[in-house]
This record gives sequence, C-alpha cells and structure tokens, in this order.
Amino acid sequence: MPISRADVEHVARLARLALTDEEIDRFQAQLSLILEEADKIRRLPTEGVPPTAHPLPRVNAWREDVPGPCLTLEEALSTAPEVEQDRFKVPRIIEEAP
Amino acid sequence: MSPAGPADWAGPADPVPGSLADLTAHELAERFASGAATAVQATEAALERIAATDEQLHAFLTVTGDQALKAAGEVDAARERGEPLGPLAGVPLALKDVLVTKGVRTTAGSRILDEFVPPYDATVVRRLRDSGVVILGKTNMDEFAMGSSTENSGYGPTRNPWDPTRVPGGSSGGSAAAVAAGQAPLGIGTDTGGSIRQPAALCGIVGIKPTYGLVSRYGLIAFASSLDQVGPFARDVRDAATLLETIAGHDPMDSTSIPDAPVDVTSALTDGVEGLRVGVVKELFLEGTEPGVLARVREGLDRLERLGARLEECSLPSFEYALSAYYLIAPAECSSNLARYDGVRWGLRAKDSADVVDMMQRTRQAGFGAEVKRRVMLGTYALSAGYYDAYYGQAQKVRTLVRRELDDAYRRFDLLVGPTAPTVAFPIGEKADDPLAMYLNDVFTIPVNLAGNAAVSVPAGLSEGLPVGLQLIAPALGEATMLRAAWAFEQDLGLPTRPVRPGEVRS
Repeated sequence: MPISRADVEHVARLARLALTDEEIDRFQAQLSLILEEADKIRRLPTEGVPPTAHPLPRVNAWREDVPGPCLTLEEALSTAPEVEQDRFKVPRIIEEAP
Repeated sequence: MSPAGPADWAGPADPVPGSLADLTAHELAERFASGAATAVQATEAALERIAATDEQLHAFLTVTGDQALKAAGEVDAARERGEPLGPLAGVPLALKDVLVTKGVRTTAGSRILDEFVPPYDATVVRRLRDSGVVILGKTNMDEFAMGSSTENSGYGPTRNPWDPTRVPGGSSGGSAAAVAAGQAPLGIGTDTGGSIRQPAALCGIVGIKPTYGLVSRYGLIAFASSLDQVGPFARDVRDAATLLETIAGHDPMDSTSIPDAPVDVTSALTDGVEGLRVGVVKELFLEGTEPGVLARVREGLDRLERLGARLEECSLPSFEYALSAYYLIAPAECSSNLARYDGVRWGLRAKDSADVVDMMQRTRQAGFGAEVKRRVMLGTYALSAGYYDAYYGQAQKVRTLVRRELDDAYRRFDLLVGPTAPTVAFPIGEKADDPLAMYLNDVFTIPVNLAGNAAVSVPAGLSEGLPVGLQLIAPALGEATMLRAAWAFEQDLGLPTRPVRPGEVRS
C-alpha cells in the first residue's frame, strides 16, 4: 500500500483528527486505493505546463476603503461555544512557567 | 418516438386537483399577476406538499413555515399597493443548507454545525429576499457538500421522489428532490464537482452550474473555494434561467466575483439552436455508462441536430485525468477550508479537554462524518511535505490542460454536449462503502468545474423508469447561448413539468 499506518497517524495529527484505531485501518486501505487511482495523473507528461490554482485570471480585487456596516461584538460572538470578557474562550494554550 | 419519450413520462398518477404546488414559477407568476392566486396561497400549497411528503423524502432539514408565510404576505401586500415586483416575487424556494441565513440554523449537513445560527444572510439569500422569493426552509445535503448521493448528510439521507429506495444524487439532493416532488418550484444548490447537475439529472429536473464568479459565494459555507458555485434548480429551463438572473451579478463582498458580468440569460431564450455548433465530447461517452443513459443522450443529440444545431465529434483527452486531478484539488482545498471548525468560533466543542489541541482533535473527531474525514485526510496528505509536487502540484497542471483543451474546443464550437451522469439514480446504500465508485458519479461533470465554465443538466427522458440528464457545456459566461439550446431541446422533447409523486410506480 502506498500509505503506511504511521503515515495515516501522522496526517491525522496534522489534520487535528483523533481517529479511532478502526478508522486508521480503514483510511489506510481507502486512501491507498484513492491514491493509486490518483497516481495516473503522474504518468501524464506536464513538462512546461504551468499550474492552475484558480479559474479566474484576476489578481487583485480592489475596492474603496470606506467604513460600512459590520457585525456587532455581540453578533460576532453569538455563535461561539464559550465566551468570556467579550472574547472567544479556549482551553489553556501556554504552559504555566515551572 | 423513442421508447422513453414523453408518453412514458406520465404525470402524477393522482395529482392534487388544482394544487398550486404542481405549477412552475412562471405559471405561478401569471396567476399572481392576474389575481387568480396569491403568494400566501402558493406558499401554503408548498408547505402542505412538504407536510404530506417530507416524512418519506427528508428533503428538508429545517422548514421555516411562519417566516415563509410572512414573506409571502408582504409580497401580496406590495402587489396590492401596485409596487413593481420581480418575476419571482411570491414564488416558494427550497434553499440548500450550505448558504447562511440570519437567525435560521445552518448546518451544511454536518453535526459539527448542529446548533450554528448565523448572524447574517449570504448575498444569494439577500438577493432572493430582495426579489420577493419565499424561502420555505433549508434542504438536506451531503456533509459540507462532499458526496454524490446525500447519504453523507449527518442527518440521514434524502430519498428520490421517483423511487424512494434510491438516492436523489448529491450533494444538493435535498433541493433537487424538493423541486422534483413539488415541495417547491425552485431550488438553490451548489456545484463543486457536479453537485447541482448530477442530482438534477437523477431527479428529472433542470440544474445550472453557472460560470465561476457569476454568482456570489459570500455566505456560502466553503468546500473547495476555486470550484464552488451557487446555482438554480427548477422543473423547466425558463424558471431556472430566471432564478439564475435573480442571484447572479457582481458582489463586492466576494473578491472572486466577476465585475460587469452579463446576467441577461432570458431575453434570447426562445431563439432556437439553428446554426449553433455543438461538439459531442468523445470522452463523455465512457465505457461503463449505462446503456439506457447513452440511448437517451444519443436521441438527444439527434434532436438537437433536427432542430438545426450542427453536431460534430470532438476529443478532449485530458478529461480522462480530470477526475483524479479533482480528487486531489478538492480535498486539498477542503482540508484548508475545514480547518476553521476548531471548536473556537462556532459549532461543536468537545468538553473537558486537557489542552487546546486535544479540544480541537476531539471536536473534529466527534463532529465530522466519514467522508469529510476521508477528504480532509486525503487533502492534508496531498499538501504535506514531500507529496505536494507529486499530487497537488501535478493536479494543478492537469487543470491547466483541461482548461486549454476546452478553450481550444470553444474556437470550433459554441457548446459541448454529453451525458450528465453515467447512471440513473442508484439504490440507497449501494455505493456507500466504496468511495471510488461514488466518486465516479462526477466523472462527466468535474471538468467544467476545473475550468470554471458553465453547464446545465436538462431532462432527456427515462431509462427503466428513472430520469436521465443531458449536459450542455458552455465557455465562461456563455450561459445565454447554453440556456437557449436547453430551452429549445426541452420544448421539442415536451416532457411534463408537473412534479412526480413519491413512490409512484412507472413502467
């Protein structure tokens, strides 16, 4: 298989997914099949072909920098699971100093 | 006459006599204008149809009946005051639950957004409201629009009104089923790799994937931002074209919105196909496509020719690689877009976490379904160090080749044609455990998304009692010509526009 179990575990960490053992096994098999199929594009000669990231040739979309209506603080926070002191509240990120 | 011509497309076996829910939008508009019906009556008829059929179909995730009746009442009052109203004022609509609606829960079919109530309206939603369109509620979909059957919804599948044991297609399966069943004459979907055209084909209705940038994506919950586009469903081409005009146009809130794009797609709708050059794309007639699908589409080609179009075969060899390129590009973009579901600003949050990474990992694990996880994993892999050039980079080059070949083809042809999907609606569960088989549903629709072109699926008849779609493809901003051809085809074929009754058995 093109993908090892360790690869799957590594990618799951990058993607912030706490997969179960059963999911890791299943994704190893399924992602391997999908990537084997995707491998066919690597056989296509593309030397000198530029990549396309986006269908529109536009580079910058400028507009006048003028104030307009926007969400209130209350509206912006209304969807958050936890709020404290008008801010999004998250679990501790920085360790306490030893 | 073909064996699955109009005669087999019998209307409802037991139509509700005189129900406004059986009418198209333009038929409703005529009745509103003449005073024969009101928007409130049309909305009541739609809500009654939903109440009678949706327990079985499950097209809707949220029905906003009170709001709909209120909006309809406002349109009726405005009409009474003699105010100028748009062509769709008072017409009910089914909205895919991927466009945010102020104050109305918006899930994108995902449990991670189970309790998400957006504080603003998407631009498309605002344009619909401003035009007096009556939004009935939010429709079911594959989670975050990832799927081709609506089975990947976190809220259970939608059923196809032609045969409730089968899928309606996806990812916009809820809107497609709603329109096919007469729960609404109009629907809104989104199309990233075929998610409007394929369910339109499988439900026997019209679905348009507009040119990338023609319709605003502001307020559209993102799946793959370089591919996503919002578009209409309807039971005839005129309605779909009118709805496209209603939602199209530049939006300063979407930096990928095309400035000064033409939005008139209806004034030349009836001009016919005489002299149009139509390329029959060899690569869209793949081995493995169901014989009944091929038969209806080939009859469709003959019909276009009889109507005066000049058909000629053409070959776009890169199409063979488009599916593989798409299933690297779309997951790559989705893995980036879905990083925002981290339990901080909206949606689900796992409780009692040791630290912030643990919270994010357990939130996403609990909130995402299998297909979303699969694509996030695939995209993260394709973008990760050591694989980027081989997968994502190479897929972007294939995307260039697909665009170039299409651009070359448009030098010789006004439109391209082929089937919309390789099969008719398949049984629920049949492909649920086989991702590759499911991805093949989109094999004919994906090249258009990669190139940012326009396409429409229009009903072409039945195969074994189930609808088949014909796909017309146009260059960027070629919607007017494309819909002219779709209209001519539809009028000549003459299939009924009446909704299908769920579970109705057809020969």
